[in-house]
Amino acid sequence: MSSIDLTWVIGGPQGGGVETAANIFAGACAGCGLKIFGKREYYSNIKGEHSYFGVRVSDKTIRSNVSGITMLVGFDAETIFRHVEDVFNDGAIVYESELTAMTVDEVHTLDAQFKERLKKYLVSKNKPFTIQGLLDEAKERGVTLYPVSFREILANLADETKNPKLRGMFRMQNVLAVSVSLGLLGLPPDTLLKSVGSIFSRKAEIAEMNKTAANYAYNLATVKYSKFKYQLPQIPKEEHTMLVQGFQSTSLGKMACGCRFQSYYPITPASDESVFLESNEIFEVENNRPGSTLVVQTEDEISAIGMIIGASLTGTRSATSTSGPGFSLMAEALGWAGINEVPIVVTLYQRSGPSTGLPTRHGQDDLLFAIHAGHGDFPRIVYASGDTEEGFYDTAKCFNFADIYQIPVIHMMDKFIASTVSTVPRFDSNKITIERGKLLEKIQDAGYKRFTPSPDGISPRSRLGLENGIFWNTGDESDQEGHISEDPENRIYKMDKRAHKLELALEQIPKEDQAINYGISDFCILSWGSVKGPILDAIDMLKKEGYKVGFIQIKMLHPFPSKYIQSLLSGVKTIIDIEANQAGQMGSLLNEHLDRKVDYYILKYTGRPMTCNEVFDSVKKIIDNKAEKKQVLTYGV
Amino acid sequence: MVSNVADYKTEVHNDWCPGCGDFGIVSAIQMALAEMEVPRHKAAIFSGVGCSGKTSHFINTYGVHTLHGRVLTFAQGAKLANPEMTIIAAGGDGDGLGIGAGHFVAAGRRNVDMTYIIFNNGVYGLTKGQASPTLKLGLKTKSLPEPNVNQSVNPIALAIASGYTFVARGYAYDVRQLKDLIIAAVQHRGLSFLDVLQPCPTYNDINTRDWFSGLDNIDEMTLKPMPRIYKLEDIGYDPLVHIDSPAEENEKLTQALIKSNEWDSKIPTGIFYKNEIIAPYDERMAERIPNYLENPPAYQEISSAGKSITNISKMLDALEI
Repeated sequence: MSSIDLTWVIGGPQGGGVETAANIFAGACAGCGLKIFGKREYYSNIKGEHSYFGVRVSDKTIRSNVSGITMLVGFDAETIFRHVEDVFNDGAIVYESELTAMTVDEVHTLDAQFKERLKKYLVSKNKPFTIQGLLDEAKERGVTLYPVSFREILANLADETKNPKLRGMFRMQNVLAVSVSLGLLGLPPDTLLKSVGSIFSRKAEIAEMNKTAANYAYNLATVKYSKFKYQLPQIPKEEHTMLVQGFQSTSLGKMACGCRFQSYYPITPASDESVFLESNEIFEVENNRPGSTLVVQTEDEISAIGMIIGASLTGTRSATSTSGPGFSLMAEALGWAGINEVPIVVTLYQRSGPSTGLPTRHGQDDLLFAIHAGHGDFPRIVYASGDTEEGFYDTAKCFNFADIYQIPVIHMMDKFIASTVSTVPRFDSNKITIERGKLLEKIQDAGYKRFTPSPDGISPRSRLGLENGIFWNTGDESDQEGHISEDPENRIYKMDKRAHKLELALEQIPKEDQAINYGISDFCILSWGSVKGPILDAIDMLKKEGYKVGFIQIKMLHPFPSKYIQSLLSGVKTIIDIEANQAGQMGSLLNEHLDRKVDYYILKYTGRPMTCNEVFDSVKKIIDNKAEKKQVLTYGV
Repeated sequence: MVSNVADYKTEVHNDWCPGCGDFGIVSAIQMALAEMEVPRHKAAIFSGVGCSGKTSHFINTYGVHTLHGRVLTFAQGAKLANPEMTIIAAGGDGDGLGIGAGHFVAAGRRNVDMTYIIFNNGVYGLTKGQASPTLKLGLKTKSLPEPNVNQSVNPIALAIASGYTFVARGYAYDVRQLKDLIIAAVQHRGLSFLDVLQPCPTYNDINTRDWFSGLDNIDEMTLKPMPRIYKLEDIGYDPLVHIDSPAEENEKLTQALIKSNEWDSKIPTGIFYKNEIIAPYDERMAERIPNYLENPPAYQEISSAGKSITNISKMLDALEI
């Protein structure tokens, strides 16, 4: 059996059920044992703008999207206009047959720049500016067309089920579209119906209605149309596989590792994580009373970080979750946590900046800001996860770092991970450890001082409410008890005491947690965060063509593991920095901390995540000695 | 046995200006804690930044001197995580009504069971006397190059509009009344706000101790000064919302707003408004999380021998395919 690897894309107006359709599709495929990697792209808008969901399906582990579409499904005109060019020559398009006369200018949500590019393309192909023109061009390339009238399906369904209400249920065209495409792809219908059932599980009546519609549309597809050349088979299911959205990873990690207080201010793409936490605020605790996470929505991000500092002072593991603009507001309080040695975790779901930037799009723009945010010198750890699975386990590590070093920890996530839906092995709480460092449970004698000297520079930590544990904190420099002190000698003691934590962290945190070495070669990719997936997939593709490439994923970006990375690079001839920002922010860290410079940069800052093909092509160019020093990637609408 | 006030004092050198109203407020807080016999480790004073920000260092309980304008955020976080604590937040009028005004309003909506004291003197003392949000329009205090160009904010009215369920005003030189007000505020279930008129002897040369005492305002008949400060309780004012009815609430809110607008010749102190019917935040939380108060975030066990004891299997089951 040849391996399966196809990308199914559904598009439609925001609020039109695109996400539901994609979840049904992903659920049905995953239910057949197939691996899923899906991502959602959307505008900063509530209703009407174009959103789309691409789901890559394979029988092997996949970690990224590809450039191109195997099957495009559109029940509106914009989807066709936006994506037809990306459909592979051997791909297919399922579209609303009643829309073919629509012209480019009739779709008001298409922006002028896009229209201009599209018209130029159609002129070059000698086609009219209509959907039909675009489809004709696709057909000439070899693309299979499946015209479907969703209106007609609803009318027939209404007649056959004697339910006239269905006639006007255009909301259901998303379910019809998925079902038609799964019929064409030959996926067993029972998994489709199961997936529909589970998506609408909260409303039995609606679930039934949608199942009927799904079944009808599926059968219609198998009877009316010829099978698509690529078929999705059922394969043996791996046990304990979950279909997870990226943001759920850090939520579940927080629950598991004992974060009991989270505050946040609404912001894309971070707030989904807090909402998921709140939706699951009560949970069982082994041999104990039920536990809970207190989730507080604050008036702004300044309040969000202030509250978690206050909560952390009581000994509670506390976190906030935000994105770039919110993190900007947190900078001052971050320094307060630093000078007072308060453990907090800030989960930073990056998006494209600066300012509001591309508010719903991906970017790794905030690395240097995370490292430098806040005035004055104070230690913090900046730690980056590469995918959903890492998100879960790294969350627990970040809390340990915070507690052990009594330090703020910034956990770098991003929009790409947040909105990825993928099949991953079930998270295992037994694999995480909980280390609370020098947090005190009891203090016997009087005379406790919060910042008392100790051999490793980290003082035993009391918490509000503990008898004999009274301390003071201040944003001013302070003495051992925590009272304001401007004494020069004390200043040196306190500054050095705090700074020392970074050396300690570099010394104590296991190397494999600082960076992951996927293999070293003459050409070696250095990267961080969510580019991991596209890079690993690209390396597999390169291997098939006989190219050998090394890869080091740096997870601890601050303090920077210079010595370790340096040692890994000893045999490397060419360093390739790949990241999703314009400046090559990690590259500048490499240039600063290593005794050599980055040789090549592969960067993307369109707000769309890298595909494995893009990474493959650009790395190949470098190895073939055909590349510029800096390549900028552009794929995606 | 009444605790000793001295137990609540630290040995930290106090560097406020001689005659500063802040001294009276710190004493009143210490006396109130002693009288309520709050164990020292069960109380925490949170403070903002400015002269009043140093308050937490002078009181021998947990003390958290936070950021400018952000005292309420830190204090609420601590109280929500450990509801057993007695929490008093303190800060200046610039801190709470200027840079921190957003937090001031948001805190009222939550009604967390704690106390917020504003040291209100009309100036930013520690930065040499700029106009603060409570300085009246047109006043030119000592170090202003020009008269104040902004209208003043009315802290009592703002607190009432924001949803504070206990709103009162004290005067820094009437320590006994202030101590009683602090006790009433701390014992109130919900967020209590205390506006304390606190003359700044160095930079506010208009709203001085003498001005509050009416030394410029001599009764022609008796030839005695007519003090501006008076007590609401002395005029039979009833601040309490007695029954859960819109009419009753409207009446109590309205009279409080009208009283809060008195200034210049007559300045009321005492409790303006008190509503025990509105549920504090912890009760609202306990409706969602039934054992929140018995097992709050600060006291939850999260691990056993370094391993997680939180059972997330239900959530994982739901995600499994």
